[in-house]
Amino acid sequence: MTDATAMLTTNDGQPLKAALARSQRRARRNALLLVAPLFLFVLITFVIPIGQMLSQSVYNNNFSVAAPNLGAWFDDHPQGSEIDETAFAALVADLQYMKEEKLSGSAGTRINYDISGSRSLFTGSARKVDDLTPPYAISVPALDEKWTDPNLWRAMRSASSPLTGDFYLAALDLTRDEAGVIVQVEPRQRVYKMLFGRTLMLSALITGICLVLAFPIAHLLATLPLAKSNLLMILVLLPFWTSLLVRTTSWIVLLQQQGVVNSLLVSLGIIGDDGRIQMIYNQMGTIIAMTHILLPFMVLPLYSVMRPIPPSYVRAARSLGASSWTAFRRIYLPQTVPGMAAGALLVFILSVGYYITPALVGGADGQLISNLIAFHMQKSLNWSLAAALAGLLLFGVLVLYWLYDKLVGIDNLKLG
Amino acid sequence: MALPVYASPLERAWHYTYLVLCGLIFLFLIAPILIVMPLSFNAEPYFTFTPKMLALNPEGYSLRWYDSLLTFGMQAPEGPRNVAWWSDFWNNARWMQVAKHSVIIGFFATLVATMLGTLAALGLSRPEMPFRRGIMAVLISPMIVPIIITATGLFFFYSKPCALLATVGLPGECGKLAGTYLGIILAHATLGIPFVIITVTATLVGFDQSLIRASASLGANPRTTFFRVVMPLILPGVISGALFAFVTSFDEVVVVLFVADFDQQTIPRQMWSGIREQISPAILAVATILVIISIALLATVELLRRRSERLRGVTPR
Repeated sequence: MTDATAMLTTNDGQPLKAALARSQRRARRNALLLVAPLFLFVLITFVIPIGQMLSQSVYNNNFSVAAPNLGAWFDDHPQGSEIDETAFAALVADLQYMKEEKLSGSAGTRINYDISGSRSLFTGSARKVDDLTPPYAISVPALDEKWTDPNLWRAMRSASSPLTGDFYLAALDLTRDEAGVIVQVEPRQRVYKMLFGRTLMLSALITGICLVLAFPIAHLLATLPLAKSNLLMILVLLPFWTSLLVRTTSWIVLLQQQGVVNSLLVSLGIIGDDGRIQMIYNQMGTIIAMTHILLPFMVLPLYSVMRPIPPSYVRAARSLGASSWTAFRRIYLPQTVPGMAAGALLVFILSVGYYITPALVGGADGQLISNLIAFHMQKSLNWSLAAALAGLLLFGVLVLYWLYDKLVGIDNLKLG
Repeated sequence: MALPVYASPLERAWHYTYLVLCGLIFLFLIAPILIVMPLSFNAEPYFTFTPKMLALNPEGYSLRWYDSLLTFGMQAPEGPRNVAWWSDFWNNARWMQVAKHSVIIGFFATLVATMLGTLAALGLSRPEMPFRRGIMAVLISPMIVPIIITATGLFFFYSKPCALLATVGLPGECGKLAGTYLGIILAHATLGIPFVIITVTATLVGFDQSLIRASASLGANPRTTFFRVVMPLILPGVISGALFAFVTSFDEVVVVLFVADFDQQTIPRQMWSGIREQISPAILAVATILVIISIALLATVELLRRRSERLRGVTPR
């Protein structure tokens, strides 16, 4: 700043610089005030609930609140201590407490995540706790000899601290062995890594198919005169506006064994009546239906990148002696890369977290990681594990989202 | 796209193959949506065209699935179709019930999303807006985050919405949002917000900010400026955003699965059970009605988009 600008003043004698700064500050504040209500709204109805849910993946106090005595005993006796009379006495005191506070179910459920059958052990023992007499080291195992299982005690020890990383270990097919070392679970129990792998693979496949299918029609739409291309665009936008469940239903109708496609193939004599193809309720159904549903998300970004490419570039290449293939490969294709990246990333992000279609048409081998989260939420009721799986999925999606923002920019997201 | 006169026979052959390919891809996009329409008039409980249907024999077609749609859940579906029948239909038919729930939830969710979203889009489009990119990323994220994660989060949050207040010493009990209209409306509004933001900010691109200054210099206060100058110009974008938000809510099933009771079940939720349990052509009748609704919505949005481009003087791409 030179002295000359510093001396400039407004009508009422204030330095111009200060007045400008103040008015800019006010403009910034006004802009923020406009956004603030929505930001708060999204914070409360979206960000906080998800954060709260994620906290469940590392924090589960179902057992620790129900078993204060055992918690104290575990604090005093390090891992590997003998399970003696004092331990059983603490156990009986806690069972008593669980019975009074009706906590045996939730405490048992927490241990059940690690050792199946524990829930009934806890509820059953808590019900009969008044019959127990000292010495408990004899009477408790007499009630149910599962209580002497060292694995059970190890599970109770780890559950007695509410803060734990065990659910993330479980979500990655890892566990702790007797010495507390992290190891892989038995091969037949390794489901989650396989499911994450399958989700990524299917998403990549669907993204690839979408790209292959979207490229020609986006190119056609971009090169046709506007009136015609707007008309054809409706064919892309109508699926986009149609209910997901309607589209999924349609695919069930089309691909069923008694459905339209199979009947057509039979009547054309391509397959026999007994050779109807199973195209739905398996991985193939998931792939076909999801490709159909996500295709518009690929066509729209490709189209908006292709439309402004001047056709004269390709003509110039041709006039300089390039074959049509060379002109396409060297001139046209490189200019569409931003559109391909935008569409592919968007389709991939959306398909990684897909739930509805796999749940309805996926059968057994077409389930994705979202479906497993729903399973743990609704069926197995292992909410902490569901939260850990959701945490891993969310992390992956947010990384991709960040990448999308870096490469494409969220502002460039277009709908129709 | 015309073929240049100098095209070789091979190029010509490729060009026509390409057009056929495109036709097939368009067929893949549109056929599944249109196929449900004729099939919903099937007289038989099959999901394929019967010989009678193919022969265009009127006997092959019927309205029986639409009829079963109307009467499902009614107390006296058999009676004559008089006032009592229609009032029974209005009050008891299951699809009527879920349609009412869907419309109520959709309407209020759209209202919330559109009002808050439009305001925020106005703020985000101002050149002075600080942290624009970060805030935008947060506001768009409900569209990106897998719906199952959102639903799971809401499931916990709605069972004890004030639990977090307890950590700062306030009472942590304030009822619950699970199984209430309010809960679902708030959730659906959140899911619709990204669409409102995207469409309204797109309308505001190229919005001439000097119009606001011109209006102010002519003596209008900010409110008058907003309602008389800004609003008419961005209205098409706002309406399309609202339609997007409505469709999002109207089509949402996962959140409803996780946090709604029987009394808030929506059309997609009812379809979900229909598809999962015993899929009957009655589902196709619902699907047909929904497709017709989406065609109407799409037509509205397209008309609005063109009007908006004309209003703002933007030449179409």
